[in-house]
Order: sequence, then C-alpha cells, then structure tokens
Amino acid sequence: MKSDIAFGQYCEGDSLLHRLDPRAKIILAVLYIVVIFLAKSAASFGLLLLFSAALVGVSGISPRIVLGSMKALTFIIIFTAVINIFWMQGEVLLFALGPVKVYLEGIINAVLIVLRIMLLLVCTSMLLTYTTTPIALTDGIEQLLAPLNKLHVPVHEFAMMMSIALRFIPTLIEETEKIMNAQKARGADFSEGSLLQRAKALIPILVPLFVSAFRRADELATAMECRCYTGGAGRTRMNVLRYDWKDFAAIGVVVLLGAAVVVLNILVPGIGLAM
Amino acid sequence: MKNIVLEAKNLTYEYPGDEDTPAVKAVQDVSFAIEEGSFTAILGHNGSGKSTLAKLLCMIYAPTGGQILLNGKNMSAEDVTEADIMEARREIGMVFQNPDNQIVATVVEEDVAFGCENLGIPPAEIRRRVDEALDIVGMTRYARHAPHKLSGGQKQRVAIAGTIAMKRKIIIFDESTAMLDPLGRKEVMDTILRLNREDGITVLMITHYMNEAAMADRIIVMNKGQILDDGTPGEVFSRPEPLWKVGLDVPQTTELLYKLKKDGYDVPLDVFDPEICAKIIARALERGRS
Repeated sequence: MKSDIAFGQYCEGDSLLHRLDPRAKIILAVLYIVVIFLAKSAASFGLLLLFSAALVGVSGISPRIVLGSMKALTFIIIFTAVINIFWMQGEVLLFALGPVKVYLEGIINAVLIVLRIMLLLVCTSMLLTYTTTPIALTDGIEQLLAPLNKLHVPVHEFAMMMSIALRFIPTLIEETEKIMNAQKARGADFSEGSLLQRAKALIPILVPLFVSAFRRADELATAMECRCYTGGAGRTRMNVLRYDWKDFAAIGVVVLLGAAVVVLNILVPGIGLAM
Repeated sequence: MKNIVLEAKNLTYEYPGDEDTPAVKAVQDVSFAIEEGSFTAILGHNGSGKSTLAKLLCMIYAPTGGQILLNGKNMSAEDVTEADIMEARREIGMVFQNPDNQIVATVVEEDVAFGCENLGIPPAEIRRRVDEALDIVGMTRYARHAPHKLSGGQKQRVAIAGTIAMKRKIIIFDESTAMLDPLGRKEVMDTILRLNREDGITVLMITHYMNEAAMADRIIVMNKGQILDDGTPGEVFSRPEPLWKVGLDVPQTTELLYKLKKDGYDVPLDVFDPEICAKIIARALERGRS
C-alpha cells in the first residue's frame, strides 16, 4: 500500500534522540549548524565527524540508512568538489594540464567542504527528520515561534494548516489510487505513450481529486466549527511540551562542542579551509 | 413530563436560488420538541430535508423562518451573536456522515482532545476526559494510532469520542452510519445506544435505514421538507401506507405482520425482532383467521 509510506523520513524508535523535546531539537540543530560552520581546521572537522558518528550511534538508526540518504546529494557534492579542485588558487601546484591547474589547497578545500555538507545533512536528519515525527516538529515550531504572535504573525494558523496537510496526505493518496483505478477500468493508460501523452492522462485524475479535496476542506471546516474551533486564541493543549534535564544537557553538550571546535581551530591550525 | 432540551418552532429553511436554479424550500414549517435523554430518529429519503434540518439544529445554517430553542433559549433571535452560538455548541454536537472529513489530528487521542482544547480546558482535565471518552467508545487500544489506518466504524467512534469528551448533552448524528459496512454500522449503532441508555445523552439520529430508526424511542418521518409522521416506532410503522406512498419502506417484520393482519390474522404490528415475529406468526397461524 502506497499510503503506508512513512511520511517524511521518520524512523520509529525510542532512543535518547527520539525522546528529546522537539523544540530542544530544533534549537540543537540550529546550534549544531553554527558549530559546523565554525569548524576550520582538519582537527575540528575530525572532532565533528566523531560527534556525528556518536549521534548516529545513539539514535539506533542503521548507518546504512544515513549513508543512503546522501545519495540525494550526490550531484551537489560532486559539483562543489569539482569547483573547489579546479578553481581554487594555491601555492603548492600539483599538476597543470594546459590552462587547468590543480593545487593541493584546492583538494583539501574540496574534501573539507564536502565533509561539511555531509555533516550538515547528518546533523539535521539525525536531530530532526529521522527522530521526530512531522507532527511533533510542527508542534515544536509552533511553540518556538509563539512569541511572533505578538507581532500578529498567525503562527497557530500556519501550524494548524501544516498539521491538517499532514493528516490528509494519506487520505488523498488513497483517493488518488481509487480514481486511478476507476480511470484504468475505463481504459485509461498511464504508463505508455510520450511524456506529453502521459501528462495529459493525468488530467482526468487531477480534476476529480481537486474537486473532492475542496469538498473535503469545506466539510472539515464545518466539522471544526462544530467542535468550537475559533483559531488559536484561548486554546489549550492536551500534550504540553516540557523541557527536562535531557534537553538542557544536550544543549550544553553542543555548546561545549562549539567551544572545543573554536579552540581546536586556534591550537591545531594544521591543514584547513582557506576561506 | 420531562425537560424539553431542544425545540423547533415552525422551522423553515430556503436555499437561495440564482438565475439558473430556483430557490428551494428544504424545510417547511417543521415543529417538534425533543425531551432530555430521549433517542429520536429522523427518517427520510434523500432530499427530504432531513440533513438540512440537522444543520439547522446544529446552527450551521441560520433558519430563514421559525425558531430553534435550546434549553428554552431562542437561538434564532436577531441578537444572537457568534459567541452565543459557540456557547451553545458546548451543549450540542454533531457527528457527520464522512468519517474522514471530520478528523483533524494525526493521532487518535489528539483528535479526541481537539474540541476540549478549543474550549480552553486545562491539560490534565483534557487528558482525563479523553481517556474516559476513548473508554466509552471502546477505542482505548487505538489511542496512539494514526486515524487513516482505522476502519470506517472505528473512525466514527473516534469522532463520537471527540464530542463526548466535550461533555455535550445532545448529539446529532447526520447519517453517521451511511458510509460504513454492516459491521461498522453495528459498532456505531451499539455505541449510540449505549451513550443514550447509560450516559443519558440526548440523541437525534438522521437516517434512512428503517432498522436503525426502529431502535429509537421516537421517529419523525420527513418528506419534502415537512413532517409526514411522528410517533414511537410501533405507532409509525403500524400505519405504513403513507410511508409506502412516498416510497419509504417499513421494517420487513412490520410489513409482513401488517399484510397478515389485513388478511384477517390477529397479530400485533410493533414487533421488529425477527425471532419474536416468527413466534407470533406461528401462533397466529395455529389460531387461524378470526
């Protein structure tokens, strides 16, 4: 069943990372991204690599899944690597082929930047997408941004829209399948013909899907109104998010990590990023 | 006489027309009073105005004529504000036909909590009410499940739990069993009956299934926006001719007994249980025609 696809990439689990407060995880992810950008020397990159490996270890998610998720970034990784190798000017010329000159600094830079991209991906996926359900993420974002309400940003409304969208994705996928089957039964063919023909064959699916989605939206709005929904004001929540010591400890660890990275940058400059 | 909780007085609703479609009077001059703790079925064909009636009672539509009185308070008066209607909805809730289009959250218990959250009830109290409501509808096992993986009957029970968690005293079911398979229909009917009998909740059930209507204390039959008949199931089904005339059926047991009676057998008409009906017929046949 297509409607069983895990939405987002959430991996079921009960690790320390799964149990952290979603707000704490969002803050952690932002802090960790800052730390990654602070890292300049090979030594600090080494430390971050170790830390990321530890994150994967703690989460209990198979490293293969994490490495697999990097496939999506193959193009960006190759592209940045190539640009850095061939365009970077340095002092140690490795070889030159006509106008193309490759310097040692270029190669080091390429490796470290690729490493940085991979670290970014691992950190956000370990902290956010793999260990937090989309709905917990939405809740976390809503509560973190709640102060913006004072500036008349409709934070609650956006979060509500987001969670209703998440709620209806499986329903609409199921509906799409039903409509496709109905069209197939009438002889529609979605798998053959030129790209244009296939695109045209989708119209008889999209039109009824949109009509029904609008009808659903209308009925849902009535149902929500009947359940006394009047927007965010005066609303309480059953499950209130609470920070506990784990969350503070985790934030403390990442702050320490940042300090360590800065210290390593200065103490062990060695080879590092030229920029 | 018991307390009247909900009353319709000469209720009329007209769908506004435009150039292509003439205005339609979906509900015309309908009056009835619902007693506290009663179970009323509103029976009718598609287009008989029964769903419009439900939407009027739930204050989703404002009547174009007549009044709705909730606990004696006129909810259709000029000076009724949006806030008054919200207040009234703490008392009266609705379960809709399509189970998918009334579930808001991605987790069952979150959805049950939705209404209470809207009312601004403290979290610990919501937790207590949600657990209790899930227990009443027998869905405690599924509290952490995703609603889209439940069956239709289970989804409807979740929707029912959502309205009972709000401690509403009147629940209107707008053809809530129409999209379900027979098993789901039974689950939901059992839940409705239990709510009415054990928890004293006033139930109004819109339906076009005769057998479901037969379980109510009272049936109001709607046709072309007007009340065709009103009485206990026994009374309504023992005069089946007006129902047949507008194309409505009566339960098969009543139909059979009615025909036997017409042929001169001495049988009662208000029997809806096939087993008992069979026994009565057997006895009547032994006695022979009178």
